[in-house]
Parts: sequence; structure tokens; C-alpha cells
Amino acid sequence: MFDGHLLSVLIWLPIIGGFVLLGFGNERAAAARWSALAVALLTLLASAPLYTGFHTDTAAMQFVERAAWVPTLKSQFYVGVDGISMPLVLLTTFTTVLVVIAAFGSVEKRVTQYLAAFLILEGSMIGVFVALDAILFYVFWEVMLVPMFIIIGIWGGPRRVYATIKFFLYTFLGSLLMLVALIFLYLKSGSYDLLVFQRLALTHHEQVLIFLAFFAAFAVKVPMWPVHTWLPDAHVEAPTGGSVILAAVMLKMGGYGFLRLSLPIVPDGARTLDWLMIGLSLTAVVYIGFVALVQQDMKKLIAYSSIAHMGFVTLGMFIGFRIAGTTGRQTGIEMGLDGSIVQMISHGLVSSAMFLCVGVLYDRMHTREIKAYGGVVNTMPRFAVFMVLFAMANSGLPVTSGFVGEFLVMLASFKASVWFAFFAGTTLVLGAAYTLWLVKRVIFGPVANDHVAALKDLGGREFLVLGVLAAAVLGLGVYPAPLLDVLRASTQQLAAQLIMTKLGP
Amino acid sequence: MIPFTVNDYEASLHYALPEIFLGLAACAILLLDLFVAGPNRRWTGVLAVIALLVTAALVIVQPLDSPVLALGEMYQLDRMAQILKVAVLVIVAVVFVYSIDYLRRRALLKGEYFVLGLFATLGMLVLISAASFITLYLGLELMSLCMYAMVAFDRDSGRSAESAIKFFVLGSLASGTLLYGMSIVYGMTGSLQLAAIAGALEHQALGDNIGLLFGIAFIIVGIGFKMGAVPFHMWIPDVYEGSPTCVTLFIGSAPEIAGFALAIRILAQALGFSQPEWSQMLVVLAVLSMGIGNVVAIAQTNLKRMFAYSTISHVGFILLGILSGTALGYAASMYYVITYVIVATGAFGMILLLSRQGFEAEQITDFKGLFSRSPWFAGMMAIFMLSFAGVPPLVGFWAKLGVIQAVVGVNYTWLAVVAVLFAVVGAYYYLRIIKLMMFDEPTDAERLDGSALMRIVLSGNALLAFGLGVLPGTLIALCQRAMQ
Repeated sequence: MFDGHLLSVLIWLPIIGGFVLLGFGNERAAAARWSALAVALLTLLASAPLYTGFHTDTAAMQFVERAAWVPTLKSQFYVGVDGISMPLVLLTTFTTVLVVIAAFGSVEKRVTQYLAAFLILEGSMIGVFVALDAILFYVFWEVMLVPMFIIIGIWGGPRRVYATIKFFLYTFLGSLLMLVALIFLYLKSGSYDLLVFQRLALTHHEQVLIFLAFFAAFAVKVPMWPVHTWLPDAHVEAPTGGSVILAAVMLKMGGYGFLRLSLPIVPDGARTLDWLMIGLSLTAVVYIGFVALVQQDMKKLIAYSSIAHMGFVTLGMFIGFRIAGTTGRQTGIEMGLDGSIVQMISHGLVSSAMFLCVGVLYDRMHTREIKAYGGVVNTMPRFAVFMVLFAMANSGLPVTSGFVGEFLVMLASFKASVWFAFFAGTTLVLGAAYTLWLVKRVIFGPVANDHVAALKDLGGREFLVLGVLAAAVLGLGVYPAPLLDVLRASTQQLAAQLIMTKLGP
Repeated sequence: MIPFTVNDYEASLHYALPEIFLGLAACAILLLDLFVAGPNRRWTGVLAVIALLVTAALVIVQPLDSPVLALGEMYQLDRMAQILKVAVLVIVAVVFVYSIDYLRRRALLKGEYFVLGLFATLGMLVLISAASFITLYLGLELMSLCMYAMVAFDRDSGRSAESAIKFFVLGSLASGTLLYGMSIVYGMTGSLQLAAIAGALEHQALGDNIGLLFGIAFIIVGIGFKMGAVPFHMWIPDVYEGSPTCVTLFIGSAPEIAGFALAIRILAQALGFSQPEWSQMLVVLAVLSMGIGNVVAIAQTNLKRMFAYSTISHVGFILLGILSGTALGYAASMYYVITYVIVATGAFGMILLLSRQGFEAEQITDFKGLFSRSPWFAGMMAIFMLSFAGVPPLVGFWAKLGVIQAVVGVNYTWLAVVAVLFAVVGAYYYLRIIKLMMFDEPTDAERLDGSALMRIVLSGNALLAFGLGVLPGTLIALCQRAMQ
């Protein structure tokens, strides 16, 4: 289908759909809801051939499209996917459908514009994952900020304006520094092709500076400690759908950026600074784990838990240099990379589920304070089942998707040093502590007050959304092989790029 | 390319046909205006727009295989001149369309606005095509004098009169400084002709002669003033705020293009061999302009003042391309100035659209809740603001990309980093406008008025900023070819 234009369809279908939707006006809300769902489902369907038609035996880019775009800048409309980006594209199309369904009952204000913003956001996020031209990548990277800015600003909570401007400026600053680095690489190589950048020889000094510029962009997006402070604010103020997309997909942009740009383009710079990356990752895991423990607001707690989990993701990526140092072999590096990508996908599913769960409670009680709840299991038994399942996944219980990624990263850190594994291992304790304590306080115990006593259990729509997510979380946990197969060739190649040096004049 | 010199006088006139036509048309409109009165004055504006568009057409059809020197080597026509002239003419035409309604509602609809505007435009065309210091100065003064008068156009307003005096005194001072610098350069090189000055610098190795540097410093002061670069920017906020908004729109748009032409003609064309010297001066101006412009803009509550400081910061970015001293850098600056003016015209057009009889929408809070009043025009304003901020895929992004690429290309990477840091500061106050429009509730429920023509042109203006952002290739290529 689409004869080699599949990725263009995936980018433009939701974007054009979103703009058409804007023309509906807010009076025809029902029509807008169903059309948005149709567009999101079509995009999901259209993304299925990415998986079925994917060749797992090669690390080369697949579904490649190239068209002239800005010839004077030698910038092209050049897109393609490999094993790293393909699962992230599927994650995007999948969560967007869920967000659109979740909006059916819970969003009343300016529905059409809300849904249109999400569709435009979906197209630009897919654009980031598939772009192989640096300018195209940068354009989608920035475009993505605008709908999110508007989503938080219009449909967010009381401090939404502060949160959304902070979100925008933080990310804008980081990405402009990345732009300077990309321009530098262009002037060196004479092209904006990311794959050409990967082959370009650079001096050590240049590599370190470029790494730092990339770091500014990606660390903010991941977010890594200490530039994470925008995330709890943005999450708390964002509407449920905004939180879901933010946690599920937008946080993955940072990790993806490290994998696609930092590691292969400036491996020697990354090797020099890996102590920084590992240190910050472990700080996120340990320190942010403690911070999550004391949160009073459910969304804030999940937001901090996201930061801790993303610490695991970056740890898995950068531990490889230490493994190469101690064992001199490539297998452990691949394990770390596999682990961090699986962790990204899993976190995408689990954290969206958690935010949706909070959304379910918030729609009924209009508060996210943990104290306001207690004994929800008595009035919402079906909801309690889901919430407990996702909480388990969040703390990395085996047979859930959360386990696979954490386990791989832990194994890899053991190969590097017992101490790294020890600090990374604290997440098993801390993660379990803050998630299970949350569940204990909200779900279990006696019914806390009259409001909780009056709660109604999940409706059909909510059940559908959470059920699909539960199936995905369990499926990936029990049988992760399909995902690992897709990753294998690409992570092998990336691991090989990591241990080679590309120092040059 | 070596310019082709036309010695025959009649053939020379042929190349200056657009300027001659515009001058005659302005005189004719001045006379015709005597015979119309009241609301019919609108037709003066329409005639002026037609005259501008016809002139633009005359510029476009001029055949040009290689650069031409004509009228006793005082006048030149090259690709850059052609593109800049078309940009100036079209922008002024759009400005006039935006102004007609505004002037009528304030009982200011007089022919003088259009006639002065036309003569100022003629000055810009002469400046853009100048091949000698004399023509350059003539064009500059014709433009400036008309603009001084336009600022004082609302003659009963004390504020306008004050701005006009300020503008006039400071402007004359700057013109004097520029002229002084030119005379020193003339003394050193013995010529007023741009190409001859360049030749003299090349053959006599005068590039870093102290006397010449003295002249260059004065010239830079003059250029800095006309473009509005810090520390010669003081007039901009007051003049922007004090003028009737449609005059602010005029001053803030096309003259920026003329200022750019002035810089290129003098610095690149005549003094290109002293580039290492003047580019260091421009580095200082650029950093100060980006810094002070962006930081001070945050503190403004008056939209016109905010745009004034935003202009100053954009001038800093335009200087980045010029100071790189490469053909690509000049092209990047040219692209920047053209696209900046397109967006600035639209942004001021929005103020005019929101203003009504007895009400000026010049406080930033007047944009509160525009999204509820008119989602379409809130969207248009959002396009203008995001484009100013340099967010892709809008046209402002490609402009910033170009100039940053130019400075990184000449190993000024630190300057690129400074520029992007200030761009982030700038993003804040543009976002604040979007925040007011989209996230706040309106305090003013009046419907927007404004003629259908104005609405269509304004929408077209915003869609152009969007379209040029999605497909930027053609205009970038045009600018690069013009600077080869």
C-alpha cells in the first residue's frame, strides 16, 4: 500500500486531518470527535505495515523516501525508519488513538481544537522519529512544541500559563544550541544528511562541544536531573491527554536523540563525558526516587517516577562505554541499548496508563491529592484491578513490560561495575516503595469519605482504553521477543559504532 | 560580474524608468487629490497602490543580463536592486491598504499621507540603485525627510509632534555623521563612485589605513542609526510609540529594506576590502542590539514599544549576516530583512485591524482573548509572533538559520551561541502575546471591523509567512543569486 510513501502518509495524514478538523468549529463537537477518532485509527492502521513489512535482518534504513525540499541548503525531505525508530512510531500512533478515545467524555471545552492539536502533534512527533535530514528533524522537533504549548495553556490546570511557558522556553533553549551544532556539522560535511554526519570524522575537541550542544537539547527533553524541573509542572497542569502524550512519546524524543545523533555522530565526545551521563542518570534514579516518595499529588508522583525511569534509559545507553572498557566486547553494550529502548517503549505504555488512571479519578473527584482518596477498591473494583496492575508494571514486576527493560539495563550495568548495578538497583526498592505506597493510600483501606463512597466504576470507554493498555503491558512483558527482534540489527550496528573511534582532523 | 556601463543618456533613462514613473505618478496623485474630498479620498489611496504595483511591474520586466551602470555611473541596476525594489514596492502597497481604513476612522484621510509615502518610496528606490555616495545620500534624505513629515502627520497630537521633532533632530545628526564619514572616505580615495572607491582600496592597500578607519567609523554610526542598531537606537521606541499607527507601520517596514541596501552598498560594495575592520565594529553593534532589544522588550506593556525593541533585536540578527562578509552572509541578511518586513507588516496590520474609532489597540492587553473573538485572526497573529520568535516551519526560522549559518561559516561560533541565547529571551515576549490571545478571557467583546480587502490582504500576509516557511527554497535561492 502507498507504494513507498508510507512514512509521508503517516506524517501528513494526521496533520492535514487536524487542520481540516479546525474548520469544524466547536458547535459540531460530536462530528469532530468521531472524525478525529477516524483519522487516528486510520493512522494507526497505516502504521501497521511498518511492522509487518519490516526486515529484521538489516540495520539499514527502511521505507526510505527522498524528495527535494530546500535545494539551496542541500536539505531534503528524507525519511526512513530502522529498528530504533519503528517501535517509537508505532507507540505514537497507538497512544494517540487512546488519547482521542479518552477525550470523548472528559473534555468539554473547545473540543474540536483540543483534538486537532493532538492530531497535528501526532504528525510532527512521527516526523521527528522518521526524519533523516537534520533540518527536517529540527523542524519537526520544534513544531511539536507549538501544539503542546497550546494544549497545556488552554486545557491545563490553574498554573497552566507558568507551566507551559516554562516548558516551551526550556525546550527551545536546548534545541537552539543543537541547531548551532547541526549547522556546524553541515558546514563540515556539506550536507544535512544525518547518515553522512555519522560517517564524518571530527576532532576530539569538536566532538566534546557538539556532544554538549546535543546534550542541552536532549537532556532537557528526557528530562535528566537537574534540568527536569519543567516536567512536574507541565504534567500537573496538563490535561490528561496532554500528560499521556508528554510521558508516552515526548519524553522519548530525548532518548531517541541520544541514540540517533549523540552516540553515532560524536562517539568519542560521548566516551569522554560518559561519567557525566552515568552520574546524572544514577542521580535521577536514586535522588528522584526519594523525591517521588514524598509527593502529595498523584500526577506529580508519576511525573517524578517518569524521571527516575528515564534515568534508567540514559544509563542503559551510556553504560556501554564502561563495558567496552572492562570487557572489551560488544554484547554487553547491545544489552544496555536494547534495555533502554525496551524501557522507553514500556514506560510509554505504563506511564500513559498511570496518567489515564489518575484522569479517571480526577474526572470524578476533581482533585489529585492523594489524601482525598482511600478505599477506592470498595467502590471501583474493576478500576482497582487495572490500577494495581499498572502500579506493578511501574515498579518493574516480572511478566510486565516494566521488568524486561530494567532487567536488561541492570545486567548491562553489572558488566560495567558492581557499584553502578548497586545504585541502579535501588530503583527496585524505591520504585516499589513509591508506587505501592501510592496504591495503598488511594486504592486500599476503608472508604475515606463520602465522595469516595459515591464513586462510580469504569464506564465502557474507560474500560476499553485501560484494557487495551493492560493487554499491551502484559503482552510485552510475557513475550518481548518480537520487539527485541526488531531492535537487534540496529542496536548491533550502534554498539559497533560506539566502540570504534571516528577521530579525525 | 563586471558591470556593463551605459554611456548613452537616452538608454540610461530607460533603466531608471520605474523611478521616473513613480516620481511622475506621485506628482499626478498630489494634483488629483485636490479634486476629491471627504470619504472619496479613499481613491487617492487606491491610486497610490496602483501606482506602486505598476512600478513593481516595471521593475520586474526590466531585462537584466548583467549589472548595469547608467546615468553617468551614478545609478546601478543589479539583481539585488531588482529584488529589493519589488519587495519595497509591494510592501508599501500593502501598508497603504492597511492604512486606508485606519485613517478614515480617525478623520485623517488626507492625500498627503499617500503622497509623502510615495516620495519616501521613491527615495528608497534611488538609494537601492545608488552607485555613488551622492545618489546614495540623495535617496536617503528624500526618504528620511518624507518620514519626518509623516510622523507629524496627525498635527493636533502633541505626542506625534514631539516624536517628529525627536526623529528629525536625531535623524539629521545621523545624516550629518554619515556625510562626514563619506567625505573622509572621499578624501582618502579620491572618488565618490562606489566601484572606484573599492578599486582605490584594492590598489593602494588602504584597507587598514587609520584615516580610512576614521571615516568608516562615522559611516557605521550613520548606518547604525538608520537601521536602528544599539547604541544608536534611542529614536526607535519613541517614534514608534508617538506616530499614528499607520505611520509606525510605514516606518517599521520598507525603510528597513532601504537600511539594508545602504549597508550593503557602502560596506560590501565600496569598502569590501576593509571588511576585517568594519566587521569587528558590527559584531559589537549586533551583540548589543540582540541583547538590549530582546531584554528591554520584555519590560514593555505598550505593543508599539515592544515591537520597536523587537525591531532592534532583529536588526542585530540582520547585522550578523552582513558582518560575516561572505556572499552567503549577505544573501542570508537580505533574506532576513525581506522576510522580517513581511512579518512586521502583518503584525502592525493586526494592531490596525483591532483599532476602532476612538480606540487604539496598542497595549498588549488589548489582545486578550482574541481567540474567542476571532479564532482566525488570533491564528494569524500567532503565525506572526511565532515567526518573529523563529519557530519552524515559519519563515522567521529560515531567516535565523541563514544568518547563524553565515556566522558559523566564518568561525564566529561563539556569536552564533550568543544569538540563539538571545533568541530564546525574545521567544518569551512573543509567547506572551499568544498567551494573552489564546489562554485569557476577553475583556472587550466588540466585533472586529476592517474592510473585506484589508482582511483578505492581512490573511494573505500571514499565509505567505507560513507558505514561505514550508517551502523556503525559492526565495533563498533568489537572494543567493542576487548576491553572487
